[in-house]
Amino acid sequence: MGRLGIITVCLSVILFAYVFELVRRRHLNEEYSFGWMVAAVFIFFLSLWRDLLEKITYMIGGTNYPSTIFFFGFIFLIIINLHFSIRISALTKQVRRLTQKLSILVSDLEEKEKE
Amino acid sequence: MENEKILVLIPAYNEELSLGKVLGDIKKNAGDIDILVVNDGSIDQTEEVAKKAGVKVISHPFNLGYGAALQTGYIYSHQKNYDIIVQIDADGQHDTIHIKDFIHTLRNEDVDVAIGSRYLKNNGYKTPVMRKIGMMIFGNIASFITGQKITDPTSGFQALKKNVVHFFTQDLYPPDYPDTDMLILLHLAGFRLKEIPVKMYAAHMKKSMHRGHKIIYYIFKMFLSIVVTLMRKNPSKDNKE
Repeated sequence: MGRLGIITVCLSVILFAYVFELVRRRHLNEEYSFGWMVAAVFIFFLSLWRDLLEKITYMIGGTNYPSTIFFFGFIFLIIINLHFSIRISALTKQVRRLTQKLSILVSDLEEKEKE
Repeated sequence: MENEKILVLIPAYNEELSLGKVLGDIKKNAGDIDILVVNDGSIDQTEEVAKKAGVKVISHPFNLGYGAALQTGYIYSHQKNYDIIVQIDADGQHDTIHIKDFIHTLRNEDVDVAIGSRYLKNNGYKTPVMRKIGMMIFGNIASFITGQKITDPTSGFQALKKNVVHFFTQDLYPPDYPDTDMLILLHLAGFRLKEIPVKMYAAHMKKSMHRGHKIIYYIFKMFLSIVVTLMRKNPSKDNKE
């Protein structure tokens, strides 16, 4: 295993452990940890399993192995960003709804307290 | 139908300087009419000015945007079962003398939404060049799709019947810039629209949401929203989400 392989193995282990710790401390929901953990496991095996990396590089028409890892990393980041944009859109809608209904309730409550 | 419940809806964001006069003008020109100010997270004295005028105030704890403020008013109006809503801007741009024209139109004509147009009659309103171009493009798109002449697609001076208000309380309402896409949505849902001539003044204190860097997003959003609105399944008037 080359120096780059060792670095990517270490990074994948650190990423997995860090995500796990975030979930343990309840800083990250299990739902959002899934993608990161899958990515860490994928990078880990791809770094160790040289034959697989070679085959995938050949399949996608790549010229060197690190670029294959970066290629999949890039795809992963696009997918996860799109996923978060969808989640943020849903949350924005929910926050707007809650705020609107809460504002009306507060206004009605203040009116009743005055009467 | 003289005993209909009518509400004047005013979304307001940092309008302490103009709101008091607008409220006074409404009382003078429309008489004893229910008024709701939706204070959209203002950081000035907007809420206090409205409360001092003795009108109903609903305050968002933070700024949600013009469309969301209107939608809060729609939800309130739907809950309180108002028959007609007249919406008017808090910056003094809209001449309150026309409130009666809106009510008259909705009462006596086969119309669900009346839109105040500053361009139907020459009222001396001076439109900036960029806005004029935008108006022409989006006005023509709206006219083509709805099959009727739309001269002022960005007008916020409107009156709606209760069925439209109920329609807008749902998630299909475009909350950030409800303009041309909203008119198209209404048309596709089968509501009847009509423009009526109104006088508008230049809003000197308020920053228009169709200005500055926001205009780029506005154009993008409007085109995208129009295309996806046309591609979606036509909404039903009594759409239940």
